[in-house]
Amino acid sequence: MHQFLLRLLVLLTVIFGVNYVAWRWLESLNWSAWWIAVPLVLAETYSLVDVCLFGLTVWRTRERTPPPAAPGLGVDVFITTYNEPIEMVLETALAAQRIRYPHRTWILDDGSRTELREAAEQHGIGYLTRSADWADRPRHAKAGNLNNALMATDGEFMMILDADQIPKPEILDRTLGYFNNRKVALVQTPQWFVNVPEDDPLGSQAPLFYGPLQQGKDGWNAAFFCGSNALLRREALMQLGLVGYVDEVEKNIRTALKGSRSAIRRARRSEQARDPMVAQLLDEVERATAGAAAGLKEGRSYSEITYTLRRTVDAAVQKLVAADVHALQADLAEIEAMGLGPGSGSLSPEEVEIAVAGLSSRQWSPLGALESVQAVLEAISIERGEEAQPVMPLATISVTEDMATSMRLHAMGWKSVYHHEILAIGLAPEDLKTMLTQRLRWAQGTIQVLLRENPLAKRGMKWTQRLMYFATMWSYLSGFAAVVYIAAPIIYLILGILPVTSLSTDFFIRFIPFMVVNQILFAVAGRGAKTWRGQQYSLALFPTWIKACTTAARNVWFGRPLGFAVTPKVKEGNSRDWHLIRPQLVAMALLAVAAVVGLARLAVGLNEPLGTLVNVAWVVYDLVVLSVLFKAVRYDGYVPEEEGSQAVNR
Amino acid sequence: MDFSYELRDSYTEVKVGGRLNMVSAPRLREFVGDVLLKGSNRIVVNLAETSFMDSSGLGALIGCLKATRQAGGDLRIAAVHPQVKMVLQLTSMDRVLTSYATVEEAFGDE
Repeated sequence: MHQFLLRLLVLLTVIFGVNYVAWRWLESLNWSAWWIAVPLVLAETYSLVDVCLFGLTVWRTRERTPPPAAPGLGVDVFITTYNEPIEMVLETALAAQRIRYPHRTWILDDGSRTELREAAEQHGIGYLTRSADWADRPRHAKAGNLNNALMATDGEFMMILDADQIPKPEILDRTLGYFNNRKVALVQTPQWFVNVPEDDPLGSQAPLFYGPLQQGKDGWNAAFFCGSNALLRREALMQLGLVGYVDEVEKNIRTALKGSRSAIRRARRSEQARDPMVAQLLDEVERATAGAAAGLKEGRSYSEITYTLRRTVDAAVQKLVAADVHALQADLAEIEAMGLGPGSGSLSPEEVEIAVAGLSSRQWSPLGALESVQAVLEAISIERGEEAQPVMPLATISVTEDMATSMRLHAMGWKSVYHHEILAIGLAPEDLKTMLTQRLRWAQGTIQVLLRENPLAKRGMKWTQRLMYFATMWSYLSGFAAVVYIAAPIIYLILGILPVTSLSTDFFIRFIPFMVVNQILFAVAGRGAKTWRGQQYSLALFPTWIKACTTAARNVWFGRPLGFAVTPKVKEGNSRDWHLIRPQLVAMALLAVAAVVGLARLAVGLNEPLGTLVNVAWVVYDLVVLSVLFKAVRYDGYVPEEEGSQAVNR
Repeated sequence: MDFSYELRDSYTEVKVGGRLNMVSAPRLREFVGDVLLKGSNRIVVNLAETSFMDSSGLGALIGCLKATRQAGGDLRIAAVHPQVKMVLQLTSMDRVLTSYATVEEAFGDE
């Protein structure tokens, strides 16, 4: 019944929505004020697409009962930490140890803290840090930490917990059973935070996401991995790592071969190439890379191609160096025969051999000085020397490794499960600054994945799966629409410019049904969950969302750093950090001024009554939405309701 | 699963018996590491007696391949069962590794 009502509402919303937005595009655009009319209709179209994707998501909401866990499975529980307080990590680890289903508990300490190591040993908890291979190589944050641990452990399944997520003893019993289906690679459970008051001033709980949205995505076999409180199948991750490895090797070899010609040309023009031996070597290298390119075309394996190339180049180096040394030796012998030398005697054959081997080694090879050529030769290899591990099971293309990983799993045909039961209890940020850092990071990560591996173009996924990933990414573009939604009423009230040709009945009979059905849909889909905070923040954090888009785009397209920080798990900012929301304060001031000016213009007859009414109402709505930030800035951290006065900072 | 090795003319044959899976994979890496330390850097992994291999097993093979290459040599695989061949294809690892029909053929071209 609920599902039927929901689908009916989805259909009505889409019909009314298309009816309204089509009318906006076709009949009501005020072209004389195109600079605000076009952005506004684009923003409205954005919102319509957002609502349609939401409708598709909740269309097949799936609620599951877990099958019983099979006995005797090998499970590792990983607790990832970087800089969280030792007591916090230990509390989580001890709770993990008490998980009922037999398992091994590991602390994955990216901070390599001796104190934590000792505490872990004392309690019989496994302790892992990065292996030596990671020194001087990209660390890939949490994904790297997990990839390192995967190589050091052997459980068939792994539970991933953030350092603050205290698991319940039944967490494995409730989730392992889903893996009876051999195609299931991931079981995600909700993230829920204990240190959040009833009115949730920072919008920490995500009842819509860890509820209708994930259940809806689950219905399309597209439930996301969210980085913590999830159980994963090692085989699936390893498979992902292997496929990624092959792709990476292929890409490296192709790029290097493509660039080899110009690299050799550049080397020929260099100082060193005047040496005839080096010039000859470059000929050999050119021949060898041409051979490798031919091998690639013939479909020979990468190990063969790279091995042949290396052998050919090494042999050429060896031969030419040997010729050089022999010539030198002959000269020395001649000098000696003429009685001109110091009489130290010429080199013995063994000494010559050692000298040749030494001079041929990569370090002393005459090619060593030719960096461009050296880079090409190094890239045509299967070792992935630039990374700590050739195989990286968890995706490292984004600061949020989780979404990219589950997308790749789905593309390979694996299934995911969303199990809607709180089985771990975590800690949310307790101040605005930390919260903003966290949201920025999530948004940046999501946009990175969109730009690097657009789900709409991802092979191997069904269309509905692609749209489920796209829906979440799309929702992070809301910052741009928000700016327009704030600017439009200000522009009308102050300047009297309306982006719509007229505010007549035509407008209201199209707009109001859409708006009303849309709100009912949210209420019904949310099933009484408090979704208002989420709605407020999706508008109110517009500077964060925009910053995420621009920084992620600059990062992906121009290789600029994100300025990424690990979300601190302890309180960081001061209360009353007003400067953090300066753009929003400016917006609120402008909205308030606009309302006053608009009313004044109405009084002197410069603005129409209906237009003023609609736009003042709009301003009031914007202000109510943005007002959540006052609450957020003044929030002093969580105070447990019974105990009273002292803020809790675990 | 059990590992053994035997020195041949121009290479070392490493035999992998039984199941090469997530449990035995780290041990293969160690075993091949030891063989490398003993001075052989041309290795043929004989998979004739390997009844099953999973992605972790393949991952270990890549690790071993990397180690032999860094030691200036090469690692090749031979006598692959259909199940293993399937895993190779599924992960497109067959594009990286050539499977030779017999151990002798692996370094036969040199």
